[in-house]
Amino acid sequence: MKKIFLPFLFALLLVLPFFLPRFYIYLASIILLTGLLATSLNFVIGYGGIYQFHHAVFYGLGAYATALMITKANMPYILSFLSAPFVSAIVSLIIGMICIRLTKLYFGMLQISLGSLIWAIIYRWYTFTGGDDGIHGVSMPEMISNTKGAYYFTLIIVAISMFIIWRIVNSPFGKTLQAIRDNPMRSLSIGIDINMHKLIAIVIAGTFAGIAGMLFVVVDNSVFPDMMFWTYSLEILIMCLLGGLYTFWGPFAGATSIVLFRTFVGAYTKYWSLMLGIILTLVIIFLPEGVFGFIEKLWKNRDKNNA
Amino acid sequence: MFSTELFSQLIVGLSRTTILFIVASGMSLILGVLRIPNVAHGSLYMLGAFISYTVVNFFGEGAYSFWLALIIAPIIVAFFGFLLERGFFSYLYDREHLMLLLLTFAFALIIGDLVKLIWGVEYKSLTTPEILQGSAEIYGLPLPYYNLFLLTVGPIIAIFLWLFINKTKFGKIARASAVDREMVSAVGINVSLVFAGTFVIGCFLAGLGGALIAPIVNISLGMDHSLIMEVFLIVIIGGLGNIWGTLLGSLIFGLTQSLGILIWPQFGIIFPYLAVVVVLIFRPKGLLESTW
Repeated sequence: MKKIFLPFLFALLLVLPFFLPRFYIYLASIILLTGLLATSLNFVIGYGGIYQFHHAVFYGLGAYATALMITKANMPYILSFLSAPFVSAIVSLIIGMICIRLTKLYFGMLQISLGSLIWAIIYRWYTFTGGDDGIHGVSMPEMISNTKGAYYFTLIIVAISMFIIWRIVNSPFGKTLQAIRDNPMRSLSIGIDINMHKLIAIVIAGTFAGIAGMLFVVVDNSVFPDMMFWTYSLEILIMCLLGGLYTFWGPFAGATSIVLFRTFVGAYTKYWSLMLGIILTLVIIFLPEGVFGFIEKLWKNRDKNNA
Repeated sequence: MFSTELFSQLIVGLSRTTILFIVASGMSLILGVLRIPNVAHGSLYMLGAFISYTVVNFFGEGAYSFWLALIIAPIIVAFFGFLLERGFFSYLYDREHLMLLLLTFAFALIIGDLVKLIWGVEYKSLTTPEILQGSAEIYGLPLPYYNLFLLTVGPIIAIFLWLFINKTKFGKIARASAVDREMVSAVGINVSLVFAGTFVIGCFLAGLGGALIAPIVNISLGMDHSLIMEVFLIVIIGGLGNIWGTLLGSLIFGLTQSLGILIWPQFGIIFPYLAVVVVLIFRPKGLLESTW
């Protein structure tokens, strides 16, 4: 079942633009890149057990790196795109190295303050980053400057990234990371360099968040500082939680539902965050493993009963 | 000329410190005893400001309405906190920090929209009560009475809280439960009630902070978002549960921001974050010893 499902989904996504109006293609691109963003956070927080509270910073940095390289430095597009994961990786390495000595809540707090520092600089540096207006109308190469082109570009990059993340999760490195999450003391005593593994995980997650940010510039042609405000970080965390923190596809499903929810419910009522709050409260109380995780659990139980 | 500016920025910074301290000490109590990273704390502060606006308008802008609001608003907020604690948190204490963080974020979303629903999206503003209007002069430098009032309220609350936590039976029990819940309940104390009490006191302080700041700022939606992060960081850099640490953290935050604006107007807001980063790099567990 699972083996057919993914290629089927990918084929569906490939032909989707031929049936959908322009706005929905745009929305689909946003969903894809937000899904990648949520998956990258899940990699560090779900599989790594590291409290990366301010993940949106790397997303924003990737977006700003791309936009600034194009508008201010007039660099070739390919270099601008590559700069996004590069900048995010470097910054996540630096922030990671500072925070890594701390654990749990203290790690999260230091991470969030360093992230807020970067946010504050970008928010205030009007002459360079455009301050709270952000940067709009970033030009794109001919091929991906229309909605359809941007969609295919996003789809391909997201598919490749998801495949790489999936491989990393199931590699010896990924398994070690999960071992560290489940029992740090034991991992330490069998000779695993805990901090090195955690640091690599942080950098990997930051890199993919940067790629998601770059894709946002491609799709939306703009950047703004709200992308890296701490409330957005919590929103990404909500996506992971709704979908299921310890599942691979859960965060992607969570991102999809949040983006759709925000677009459609937000169009009808200005009180959409009230509804989101209520849904979130219910999920946390009754389904702590997330909606997707819950379905997966049901699925496994059914398999067990059948066998 | 410069010294006038310096002085007025100092007064602004110290007033901000007072507000930050009052809200942060409530957060420190909740985080220290109940281990809940309460993101909704900022929303309760916002709620306090809006309720005090309503109370003042209800009684008319007379002399007493402000003082009434200062009592009524925190009590209503504390009661709201009581409902939250009994209705939700009391069932969820054994959950992970992460879940609790997200749950409180959900509450922050809900409270934010409820405020929007009840009070609308426009700015609200209050005038300072008559007694506290005008300003004193110290060596020719103006010192507004309201700021003077704030500067006296802060230390009083700090001393009260310190006495409450260190000298009363309830404070001792609360500290003990922070260290070892099971042991405290084993000697026959209802830990759940102690938690409820602590949460209510924390919410009261958040509401009080909101009511105190109401006359000097625009009461607006989103005043919680900017505050909550600062308050979290203050609690962390001060050392969890240490009242004097929280005061120190508030001072660092209030002063680096207001004095930073003098040095480099454009980047004034990055100084507090920079200070936090420096503190946490050298003293990862906070400036002062955590007392729990």
